[in-house]
Amino acid sequence: MAVNYGLTEQQIEIQNAMREFAKERVIPVRAELDEKEEFPHALLQELGKMDLMGLYIPSELSGFGGGSLDFCLAIEELSRICIGVSVSYAANALGSYPILLFGNDAQLKKYMPPIAKGEKYCAFGLTEANAGSDAGGIQTTAVLKGDKYILNGTKQWITNGGEADTYTVIAITDRNKGARGASAFIVEKGMPGFSFGKKEKKLGIRCSATRELVFQDCEVPKENILAREGMGFIVAMKTLDTSRPGIAAQGVGLAQGAVDEAVTYARTREQFGKPIIANQAVQHMLANMATQTEAARAITYAAARTIDAGEKDVSKISAMSKLFATDVSMAVTTDAVQILGGYGYMREYPVEKMMRDAKILQIYEGTNQIQRNVIGAALIKEYASMK
Amino acid sequence: MHIVVCIKQVPSAIAVKVDAATQALTCTGSDYLINPFDENALEAALALKDSLKAKVTVLTVGSAQTAEVLREALGRGADAAQLLSDAAFEGSDAWATSKILAAAVQKLGDVNLVICGKQTFDGDTAQVGPGIAEFLGWPCVAFVRKIESDGASLKLERIYEEGFEKLTLALPAVLTVGKEINTPRMASLKGRMAAKKAQLAPVTAAALGLAPETVGAKGSRTRLARMAPVPRKSGGIKVDGSDPAVAAKLVVDKLREMKLV
Repeated sequence: MAVNYGLTEQQIEIQNAMREFAKERVIPVRAELDEKEEFPHALLQELGKMDLMGLYIPSELSGFGGGSLDFCLAIEELSRICIGVSVSYAANALGSYPILLFGNDAQLKKYMPPIAKGEKYCAFGLTEANAGSDAGGIQTTAVLKGDKYILNGTKQWITNGGEADTYTVIAITDRNKGARGASAFIVEKGMPGFSFGKKEKKLGIRCSATRELVFQDCEVPKENILAREGMGFIVAMKTLDTSRPGIAAQGVGLAQGAVDEAVTYARTREQFGKPIIANQAVQHMLANMATQTEAARAITYAAARTIDAGEKDVSKISAMSKLFATDVSMAVTTDAVQILGGYGYMREYPVEKMMRDAKILQIYEGTNQIQRNVIGAALIKEYASMK
Repeated sequence: MHIVVCIKQVPSAIAVKVDAATQALTCTGSDYLINPFDENALEAALALKDSLKAKVTVLTVGSAQTAEVLREALGRGADAAQLLSDAAFEGSDAWATSKILAAAVQKLGDVNLVICGKQTFDGDTAQVGPGIAEFLGWPCVAFVRKIESDGASLKLERIYEEGFEKLTLALPAVLTVGKEINTPRMASLKGRMAAKKAQLAPVTAAALGLAPETVGAKGSRTRLARMAPVPRKSGGIKVDGSDPAVAAKLVVDKLREMKLV
């Protein structure tokens, strides 16, 4: 049966709440949302009413006060059914972490409660056309003029772009200072000079919104800077360290969803007079899929628990969880399509979507090559400090 | 406004089996849920609570295990719940169940509105809602698809086979609703956690002032003689439709033979 991860009563309740929601509300609409590339607004609204939008936000800011593992459990259950919906859900946290980690009292009180209640959505703006893996290539600039920063530049492929009201954006305040020349800002939809590019057409996670953020002499009040000038890269890196187990949880949920579909199909599909699960070739594939998925779950929970324990440097385990769980989800969803054969390739069954969706997990929030860089750098640092 | 919602725990369809020997329904496992129409009744009450700041109390007749559906209702936003449970209630038919629920409504004292699901998923009698109204001496409107209220009276739409009827109704009243009226909300996380801790002590016949012989099997007016599954339909007669004129004649002849036309 299920592995005992020593979850608390509250964590089991979080799992149950999201599992029921995903089953009752998301399964009936996931294929249609994907087909129509329609943002899951109604679903997110309901998640807000269920206290799940504010799961990771402290209770004094109208959230539920849950930790990283609590949030990962919720993302996992939603991802088991649809990661297009789960990325739209989790990207709110990615956009919020800069404020939660570095925001001052006034910023926290102004921006977090509406996000916690699901009244407003949030997004994180780091990536640009020439600054993906190499965040040092950021071109967007912010210049202080009087009591306002003037932002110019374009952010690319921003999840929840256009749908969100609150954006945390990284821009260069002093090009001469290199990595210390970037700063993080809170930008609101509707601020003068802030507009959106077209909605991107994607291979997978099609119901999620991916747009450009365009800043043309965009005026951002001076008090909307996070931490202080020059902290932009630290804000971005700490944000990603915190959010990566969430992507790992998407990988775990997606892989589990694919295992669910593959085992269910293999038990009922008959060829040569017996269910195909009676064939050792199929059983071994399923065994590998389930084992990989469980291992991904274990490393993801370990990363989340490390964050919840308040460890200062979580880069390595955070990157490891993202790397491992998302590689697993790509392999497992691909095998699920193989087990369903011709049916698996058809849109009538959910596994082709799962396989299309999986690919992004190896790319966004740092490609899996970058994760290996992060892990490698951590190893160098760790062993250099040994005597 | 104080609204009472009556809910019943029913087995989920998958868990029900018919015992071949006794022909009785056997419900195995813990696969129980709130009767689907009762979920609509609860949602209708919670929607009124959202707009009018009403208090919502949920009632159910059953065993300790039945408390789970009350917790689900509390998780969704009901303010209070009562588990009406007594050995004397066992074997109650629709008459006796209505009597128990009406007694509980009376005992609460300040109730203005009772909302029930139009029928249950297992018993299917559709009698308990109107039964409660009868015992209370309140008007009853069944099969309601829309409720509006200013707190003192109700504006309703009641479904008919060929349309609907608009009604206004003074409180107190009893309504029954079906799935047309709304989509039930899901329980919030905070609601779920609070509901887990709720104390649900059984409310007994004595507490409701009901003499044991007036409820349960003894107080019931109906007796279940036998229960059996619906016989499966046999194959029927297939008519070759390649020549419509011939096919039509065959069908008409058959109908005449069966004296149906």
